[in-house]
Amino acid sequence: MITLPSVLLLSGVLFALSVAGIFLNRKNVIILLMCIELMLLAVNFNFIAFARQLGDIDGQVFVFFILTVAAAESAIGLAILVVLFRERRSINVSELDSMKG
Amino acid sequence: MQQTLLIIVLAPLFAAIMAGLAGRVIGRAGAHTVTIAGVALSCGLSLYVLKQILVDGIPVYNEALYTWLISDGIRMEVGFLVDQLSALMMCVVTFVSLCVHVYTIGYMKDDPGYQRFFAYISLFTFSMLMLVMSNNFLQLFFGWEAVGLVSYLLIGFWFTRPSAIFANMKAFLVNRVGDFGFVLGIAGIAYLTNSLDYVTVFEQANVIATRTFEILPGEQWQAITVICICLFIGAMGKSAQVPLHVWLPDSMEGPTPISALIHAATMVTAGIFMVARMSPLFELSETALSFVLVIGATTAFFMGLLGLVNNDIKRVVAYSTLSQLGYMTVALGASAYGAAIFHLMTHAFFKALLFLAAGSVIIAMHHEQDMRKMGGLKKYLPITYWTSLIGSLALIGFPGFSGFFSKDALIEAVHESTTWGHTYAYWCVLLGVFVTAFYSFRLVFMTFHGPERFSTDGHGHDAAHDDHAHDAKAAGHADHAHDSHGHDAHGHDAHADEHAHDDHGHGGHSGPPHESPWVVTLPLILLAIPSIFIGWFTIGPVLFGGYFGDAIYVTEHHDVLAEIAHEFHGPAQFVLHGFQGAPLYLAFAGVALAWFLYIKRPDLPPVIADKFAAIYKVLANKFYFDEFNQKVFAGGSRALGSLLWRIGDEKVIDGLLVNGSARLVGWFSGKVRQVQTGYLYTYAFTMIIGLAVFLLWFVLAR
Repeated sequence: MITLPSVLLLSGVLFALSVAGIFLNRKNVIILLMCIELMLLAVNFNFIAFARQLGDIDGQVFVFFILTVAAAESAIGLAILVVLFRERRSINVSELDSMKG
Repeated sequence: MQQTLLIIVLAPLFAAIMAGLAGRVIGRAGAHTVTIAGVALSCGLSLYVLKQILVDGIPVYNEALYTWLISDGIRMEVGFLVDQLSALMMCVVTFVSLCVHVYTIGYMKDDPGYQRFFAYISLFTFSMLMLVMSNNFLQLFFGWEAVGLVSYLLIGFWFTRPSAIFANMKAFLVNRVGDFGFVLGIAGIAYLTNSLDYVTVFEQANVIATRTFEILPGEQWQAITVICICLFIGAMGKSAQVPLHVWLPDSMEGPTPISALIHAATMVTAGIFMVARMSPLFELSETALSFVLVIGATTAFFMGLLGLVNNDIKRVVAYSTLSQLGYMTVALGASAYGAAIFHLMTHAFFKALLFLAAGSVIIAMHHEQDMRKMGGLKKYLPITYWTSLIGSLALIGFPGFSGFFSKDALIEAVHESTTWGHTYAYWCVLLGVFVTAFYSFRLVFMTFHGPERFSTDGHGHDAAHDDHAHDAKAAGHADHAHDSHGHDAHGHDAHADEHAHDDHGHGGHSGPPHESPWVVTLPLILLAIPSIFIGWFTIGPVLFGGYFGDAIYVTEHHDVLAEIAHEFHGPAQFVLHGFQGAPLYLAFAGVALAWFLYIKRPDLPPVIADKFAAIYKVLANKFYFDEFNQKVFAGGSRALGSLLWRIGDEKVIDGLLVNGSARLVGWFSGKVRQVQTGYLYTYAFTMIIGLAVFLLWFVLAR
């Protein structure tokens, strides 16, 4: 029997990994997108775990929505990435600093 | 009565509007016809009103005709107060104005601004009537400012001359200084009595006398003294008392008719009239009376001295006006209000006469004003000569002439006065008599007697104008010479019909000077009559017969005229009495000295001037009042302005506040932008840290 704390721990680890991935990664924008997906998945785990624990179906419904939005978001994100690559000939995160003050 | 008074005031206004706005339509003849008709109507009705008051003894008219507005209980109205004082003033104003109107036809004959001139002088008559007939301070102030405005317009009548523009600006500014005091005085009255109406204010005069103002912290000043001195500062501006006299000599840049009307006979006496009208207030303040006395005495004597060294015929008369205004002010200070108004009246006639005569000479000399280029004009200008002589005799107080009565009574009154400063004032007016006689006859002798110093052939044109050396005058006149050329239409053509010279201006024209046309000489004669006789007939009633009734209030122990009245037994006896007094002999001495220096030994004056070069220089520079004002007040305010401009505006406001705040924002954002790395992970990290901090705070704060 998988207990709630183990699932929450797993989701916490996943979330921490994704956060670390976002700001430690200096190379590839795709990894950023993957990290965001991972972050959403960690959140999904939480929703499912609590839905089961509390016997409330709402949490699982939310997960479907999140999955849908995540899919759309990755599609848009990848599209932006393609345009960015065309424009800059690079998807290196350390080179994307045109917002520098 | 109400209709009569309205017509008196509105007729000149209507004429002014007609001549001013419809001048082109009605033409030159139309302009002078309508304005002269308006003023003549006013004059006739004024005389009728005076007759009603004197003969029929109708009660004093005091009514508000129109309420402009009521603000916090203070009623601002247009109303008339016609008593003996204002009726007398109305007659003087309208009569002199009428003479000047007629005279102007001749003097301004070929001036392009003919209609404009008539509109202005008619407007002036209206303003002056509003001033003297007013029954409240607001209307008095309106008239006061309106005459100031017309004076400004007329001094600068020939607006292409830089010197005229300088002079009218000067007159306007100096008058503003006086008016500031005047407004403060009126404000003080309104503050203490909550009324602007003369009668109401005078009823509360005793209440004002008990109040004090704390102007400087810890200093309690008597309200009545402060108010009276403030009002008198207004009078100092308008009536050209030291040190606010500087504008009057310069106002001679205007055409001669207005010098006669405004800057000699009527407007400048507004201050005298105002103080006399305010006698119930002034009587309550010894300090204010002493102030008036000392200022008047200083003006009377020291301004007369300046007349001794001037060579410009109009300026000599102008300094004489200053001096005579000083005499009137002295009389006010000595509480002899009746004597002041009496002198005002006689002076209005003979001074207007002198100015118009000077104008007549100027016409004959083709707008040459330097007396050193005249002389021997007696045989060419007989009427001008005789009327001018009458004016001068009246001015110096020759027994029997109007000036004699007013001036002698005035000097007697000062002699009797016990107001602080009366000894100084007495000596000033006494010595002033000598000075007056000297410069008056210096003028007569230099102009009408002696050798002919003008050249009849090249007369008045290129030669004369090139060395048009007004050496003793301010630098502002440097342009005078060629400006006269600019006024050919006005100057040289004035006699085109008489000389039948079409080419003048360059060819030079021969022939002696001619007497002026009848429109010029008629006013001279009209003014000469009262200059001789009016004193004889009016001294008894006006000074000693209680003519003024309640119009002028004098406290018991100040009433110097009552003292003299004990010894007054008719004008003839007064004349005889004059022979026992010093003033008459001083006047004769002055005439004799003038005769000696300018007829007998004309070589002496330059020698004397050389000998007393220091004194001469001080006099020629008019006691350095102009220089002082230019340097200290004009220079000071320019320096202050420049300081505020460079430091206050450019440095503080522009530099520190406007650009400074912009620069501060720029500097700050320059620092802040360093935080923006542009890297995605920095933002993400910041967000995470922020989230963590907020969570921590949320958890710990519970």
